[in-house]
Amino acid sequence: MLKDFFSKKKKYASVPRKEAKQDIPEGLMQKCLGCQKIFYRKEMKKNLHVCPHCEHHHPLNAGERIDSLFDEGSFQEWDQQLVSANPLHFPDYEEKLEKDRNKSGLNEAVVTGKGEINGFETAFAVMDSRFRMGSMGSVVGEKIARAIERAKESSLPFIVFTASGGARMQEGILSLMQMSKTSVAIQRFRESGGLMISVMTHPTTGGVSASFASVGDYNFAEPGALIGFAGRRIIEQTIREDLPDDFQTAEFLLQHGQLDKVIPRSEMKHVLTTILDIHQPRGDRP
Amino acid sequence: MKQVLDFEKPVIELKEKIAELKKFTSDSDIDLTDEISTLEKRLERLEDDIYGNLKPWDRVQMARYPERPTTLDYVGELFTDFIEFHGDRHFGDDEAIVAGIAKYKQKSVTIVGHQRGKDTKENIRRNFGMPHPEGYRKALRHMQQAEKFNRPIISFIDTKGAYPGKAAEERGQSEAIARNLVEMAGLKVPIICIVIGEGGSGGALGLGVGDRIHMLENSTYSVISPEGAAALLWKDSNQAQRAAESMGITSYDLKKLGVVDQIIPELKGGAHRSIKEQSEKIDTVLAASLEELQSLTTNELIENRWEKYKQIGEYKELE
Ligand SMILES: [Zn+2]
Repeated sequence: MLKDFFSKKKKYASVPRKEAKQDIPEGLMQKCLGCQKIFYRKEMKKNLHVCPHCEHHHPLNAGERIDSLFDEGSFQEWDQQLVSANPLHFPDYEEKLEKDRNKSGLNEAVVTGKGEINGFETAFAVMDSRFRMGSMGSVVGEKIARAIERAKESSLPFIVFTASGGARMQEGILSLMQMSKTSVAIQRFRESGGLMISVMTHPTTGGVSASFASVGDYNFAEPGALIGFAGRRIIEQTIREDLPDDFQTAEFLLQHGQLDKVIPRSEMKHVLTTILDIHQPRGDRP
Repeated sequence: MKQVLDFEKPVIELKEKIAELKKFTSDSDIDLTDEISTLEKRLERLEDDIYGNLKPWDRVQMARYPERPTTLDYVGELFTDFIEFHGDRHFGDDEAIVAGIAKYKQKSVTIVGHQRGKDTKENIRRNFGMPHPEGYRKALRHMQQAEKFNRPIISFIDTKGAYPGKAAEERGQSEAIARNLVEMAGLKVPIICIVIGEGGSGGALGLGVGDRIHMLENSTYSVISPEGAAALLWKDSNQAQRAAESMGITSYDLKKLGVVDQIIPELKGGAHRSIKEQSEKIDTVLAASLEELQSLTTNELIENRWEKYKQIGEYKELE
């Protein structure tokens, strides 16, 4: 075992990391977070940020996700103008929001809208973990609730890609209540016969995991995604034992019956298309 | 031994002093009636002052007070014919949540609630009131039954949070809570939620979607514990007091934020001073809420529920 470990390490140490750094312009190369191998950034991007060697799924930002799924020119964004207030006058919150707006180019941690996937029109919400760890505050809750309502009114399916560390602490109880708000919206949507698909991406934890992420008609996840209610460290402290390495991964959840399917990114568009197709025409309830 | 909370130490000391004087008066022929009466007046002023100006952290202490009445304490006072039922039919019975049926003023109701213990032994049995998925699923089973038999649901909220454990995750803690939120959103019977102690995050919310959300004056309701918030925000769990103040977790904060419908006043010194008298205060609010909700049609009830949750949250719109 120990020997394997060392030989493994040695193998990767032979990758010409230093040379790459010296000879190649900054930003041209990228190290895989899974196998630590170095790849051309463009190659990785073309492969939807999935490592060509070990298939580690690196996070996609909201724009990349949308581009990877929707037919060209079909995407229409909703409620882009909503931005967070600071209801509790929480110190430094506004500065942090400003910083993340600049960093991500987004107004908030979720992008909502509608578009077509191989011709099938659908409403959707895509979370982006670059913005406040994808945490859910009033804006995230409001945008998702509105997207679901619009899906209901237009008889569209609703697909959510989650990526969230949980609640937006700086908004206190208002953040928690977004779990309720989105749940009431989902209930109304469900009552109207709407199809909801949830795709959990890395990471989906806390309040988002314990609300809309887990109540799709189909609950999917990307390979290796961290998904769970409580944080690993808190659980270890509470139960005073070490957790298995694969604890709270998509594969762990699948094994424990908590997911319908783990879908590699390369197959995502195809699987979603098939599901949307199988649900045509929409069976509206009388 | 009753635990003394920091902020009420002066009250306890003065009470002990008065008791001492009273004992002295009865044991000897020296009459201290005047002194006692002066001290009693002072005690009243002191209590008004202390209990009338509780800081958020004081209320956190009050909400966690081991002697604070629990769900079953209130159930015993408010309802008749209560029968508790067990088990989620899939895995087991989670005693951190109780569920059952009863009569409230001659009318049938379903009751669900978090249940912590009052001593170590009971707390171990009830996992300190921190539920596993099967607890939420038991509650859901009874809430769906309430809908079937057209009974209103009364939910008591009192938990530090859903249990952060390995088995809880394996059995779908997230899904169990999420499922309850969506199902409760659609139940076609009145749901009244009352936060009686600690309302800890998603674990509290798992029994907390309803038509009315009331809070006992000294209870708390928060997205994360003050200790947890302090650890995350300032990398220092000793800043819990500061977190309690910044995060707006008291009944007054939640009323202001439009999350809570009514604050149920507590007895001076806290709910634990008298379960019976505190229950009477709950009774007044509960009876009024039920009457309001039962006058609605099912459509009105469900539409109002959406309107209630739709407006929660604060944001801005760019031009
Ligand atoms: Zn790799």
